[in-house]
Parts: sequence; structure tokens; C-alpha cells
Amino acid sequence: MLKTKVVLSFPPSSVEEPITYHLIKDFGIMVNILRASISPGKKGRMVVELSGEESIRSQALNYLESKGVEIDELAAEIRYLENRCASCTACVPVCPTGALDVDRNNWKVSFFEDKCVVCLSCVDACPYRAVEIGPE
Amino acid sequence: MQRSIDEINNKIKDGSVVVFTAEEIIDVVKAKGVKRAAQEVDVVTTGTFSPMCSSGAFLNLKQPREKIKLGGGWISLNGVPAYAGLAAADIYIGATAIQHNDPRNDNGKPGKFRYGGAHVIEDLVTHKKVQLSAGAYGTDCYPNKKREDWIDLADTNDAFLFNPRNCYQNYNVAVNLSDETIYTYMGKLKPKLGNANYCSAGQLSPLLNDPYFRTIGIGTRIFLCGTEGYIAWAGTQHNPDIPRLDNGTPRSAAGTAALVGNLKDMHPEWLRAVSFTGYGVSLSVAVGIPIPILDEEMMAYVSVTDADLKAPVVDYSRFYPYGEGDPKLAEVSYAELKSGQIEINGQKVPTGCFSSYVNAQRVALTLKAQIDQGEFFLTQPVSLLPGPADKKEK
Repeated sequence: MLKTKVVLSFPPSSVEEPITYHLIKDFGIMVNILRASISPGKKGRMVVELSGEESIRSQALNYLESKGVEIDELAAEIRYLENRCASCTACVPVCPTGALDVDRNNWKVSFFEDKCVVCLSCVDACPYRAVEIGPE
Repeated sequence: MQRSIDEINNKIKDGSVVVFTAEEIIDVVKAKGVKRAAQEVDVVTTGTFSPMCSSGAFLNLKQPREKIKLGGGWISLNGVPAYAGLAAADIYIGATAIQHNDPRNDNGKPGKFRYGGAHVIEDLVTHKKVQLSAGAYGTDCYPNKKREDWIDLADTNDAFLFNPRNCYQNYNVAVNLSDETIYTYMGKLKPKLGNANYCSAGQLSPLLNDPYFRTIGIGTRIFLCGTEGYIAWAGTQHNPDIPRLDNGTPRSAAGTAALVGNLKDMHPEWLRAVSFTGYGVSLSVAVGIPIPILDEEMMAYVSVTDADLKAPVVDYSRFYPYGEGDPKLAEVSYAELKSGQIEINGQKVPTGCFSSYVNAQRVALTLKAQIDQGEFFLTQPVSLLPGPADKKEK
């Protein structure tokens, strides 16, 4: 079971749709609404925590994107998941501060949290999803 | 000096076999020379751990009481479509397949490709249950038309990984000459030569240590994802007729191997799904191939270092997709790539890799230990992988 906190931004066209209903009913996602601002005909914004198995959560996020909902993960920190990291070094050239770096003696990639400026460049670069956006 | 596979296997049996990894052998050859090293060392192990899209698994599903003919119908696992064009219970789940409702790259921004066929395969290897949905047209012998179920590997009669292409012998170094970031199978490439991505274990890479395929072929037993696997065939796009350096290694992508192994015996540590933003899903697998030192020529091949291996730098903004512009911007060695920075047109470009050298080392060391401990025996290939045409004539 995975949990993510995300900001959902709704285009005015989808504010009328019972999106939370579909998340729960169609995908079995646990939705915890932390903050919401939705008015008819206007752009809506909702901060939610979504919990569910990875494959199910992925289908739910696919559904949201297909409805034109923008999904932004709440970015306060980068979390480095050492057990997922394959030390492939794909992140190293895209990290502007050397927070993700490789020791060229043993080829192990490490994360130096104090150097990270949360620019999120590594998130798109890591194929193993070993870097995650941590919530506020 | 000549050595046969049988002699090597006898030494594995009596515990006297001498094995080094393709990284360790470099210093051995430096200290003793090719001739003495060839006399003393029987086997050199290689390793690689890297994404390869041409991957997937055949599954034969145990039938429910009322049987269903999947062939000609449809099936999905965790919402990912699998191929159902085989017999009643056989399917193939490909690594790059994605969930029906994945928005792909259609939302005006690079897709995330969070979950696909490779993730299903990883979930199965982790012994998780996956959600099966299937539909069929129904026949007198297979009347069932619909199946909704949760299954894991125990619900299959057979499950084997079959990768039509793996172990690329050398590969492009990808860069982006355009003014915008691009998202490719070689990762996120920043504009104006912002970064350079490569993908090979270099001196540890299996096929770079037997450049002319003198020992590797159909039936070669290999280390595959924590268990034993086999080379089934030359991989798709296998092309031995590529310009080579004096040491015999190809100067760009050349040979490949099709691999097969029992999914039920694989370990999640050695098989990982990957998601390339803007490109899609792929699968990384651990492969180790033992190279028998049949003679001095083989010892010379396995002693190549990263400095002796070269790869072409290719523009993925114009040349790769459209065939426009310079086909090769530069030629760089793996030693340069591994230094973290290469120079292209006078510009210093930082490098990143998709092939995990740490895991390649672990694969080569694991295979070495298995041979040392008498747990892994070498095979005589039934037929060698095709070598270059000009080499054959000699």
C-alpha cells in the first residue's frame, strides 16, 4: 500500500465531475481530502492523500490525467530510496548541486541531503523511481 | 595452449578451477602477461544490469474449472494488456505494454509511464498477486467467456522470461544538440549538449569480452536474474558486421543475444522494472556470461579495459529520429565516459549511465563464486552466435 500527497488542479470543465467518487468506486483508492477549493465554472484545487496498491494507484492517476486534472506532488524534499537505487548514475549529470553523486572508486551513488535544492531534476531522470518527492 | 570446456568442467568438479571477473583479470594480465594468464586462468566471468525494452515473459495459466480459451481473446494483468494470440492458456506479457488508461505522451507533457508490463513481471517475481481480466469467444471445449481473478506465479504451470534481445555489444552515447530538453529511451537529454547518456558495462560487458563470439552461442548457460538461464538464439538486430578496433571490439552497437530462463526461480533483486519519463516502460535484468579461456586469443579478448573500448556519440534530437545531420559527433572511450565528463566539439559534457556498474560487478562476482563452489558448469554451445563475415573467411 502506497501513500502520496498530491495537489489536484481541475480545469473548470471537470469541476462538475464527481472525480473523488470515481477514484473510490472505480479504483478502490482511499482518498483523504486535506484541503479543497472548488467552485462551479472555476478552476478547482484540492490537496489529497491517495492510498492504494501501486498498479491501482497508477490507473487512478492515469484516470485523473485523462480528465485534464493536473497532478503536482507536494514538494518539500527529495527522498532517496537506497533499496530502489541501482547506482546506474543517470541522475548524476542532471543534478546541479552534486546532491546525487557517484563515488568513482566503488561506483555507488549517494544522496547528500544538505546539498539538495529540491529542483526535482532527478525525478524525471531516474528510471528506477529511487527518488521520490516528499510532502510539505 | 588449448583448453576444452570438458577440462574446465572437470576442474569445477574437483574444485581446482581458477576464475576471475573481467575486471579482476585486467590486473592479472598486466602483471603476468597474456600467455601466463591464459595458462593459469580457466574462466573469466562477465556481468551487466541494464534496461532492455525487448523483454517479456511467457506464462501458461492454470485453467479454472470451466475452461477458457484465451487464444484469440484478450487478457490484461493489473490493467496491462498481454498478448493472447497463442493457445488456450498461453500468454506473453511484454515489458513495454502499458495500462489501458495511461495518458502516454498525449497530455502535452512527457508521460510518467508509472506501471507497465515490466512492473507486472517484477510483481510476479516478488510473488505478489496480480489482477487478471480476460475475455474469450467461447467454444464447445472452452465454454468460459470471462475470467476475473487474482493470480500469482503459483497459478501458472510455466512462466519463463524470454527476452528477444539483451546484452547489446556496445551502444550509442546519446546527446541532444537541439534547444529543448528531449525525453528518449536514453533518458532525459538536456539541450545544447547538456548531458551525455551511455549504457554499457564496458569492460565487464559480456559480449565485449568475446567480440567475435568464439565461445558464446545457442545453449550457452548463463546467470540470469539470480538463476541459470540460457542463450536461445542470436538476439534480434544482431549485427556482427560492424567496423572494429584492432582489439576486435565493435565501434558501435553490434551483437545481441536472445535469453531464456525460469521466471519462478528468479529473484527480484536481479530484475527491476524501469519507467523512462516521456518514453515508456522497460525492464532491467542481470545477466552474467562465463567466458572459457580456450586459448591465448580468448585471454587477450577478456583483458580489454574501458580505455580500449569505444562508443559513438549520437545526436538524439535530429540524427537518431530523423536521420538528419552528422551520424557520429565523436568517438569516446568508456574510460572517458566513466570519468564523468567527455568533450564534444570542444564542449565539456557531463555523463550519466543507465547500466549499473555496481550490479554488473555483483553479477560477475556472484557467477565467479558459483563456479568456484562447483554450483555452475559451463556448456559447449550447440551453435555459436554468427560472427562477422570477413572473420569467417580467414
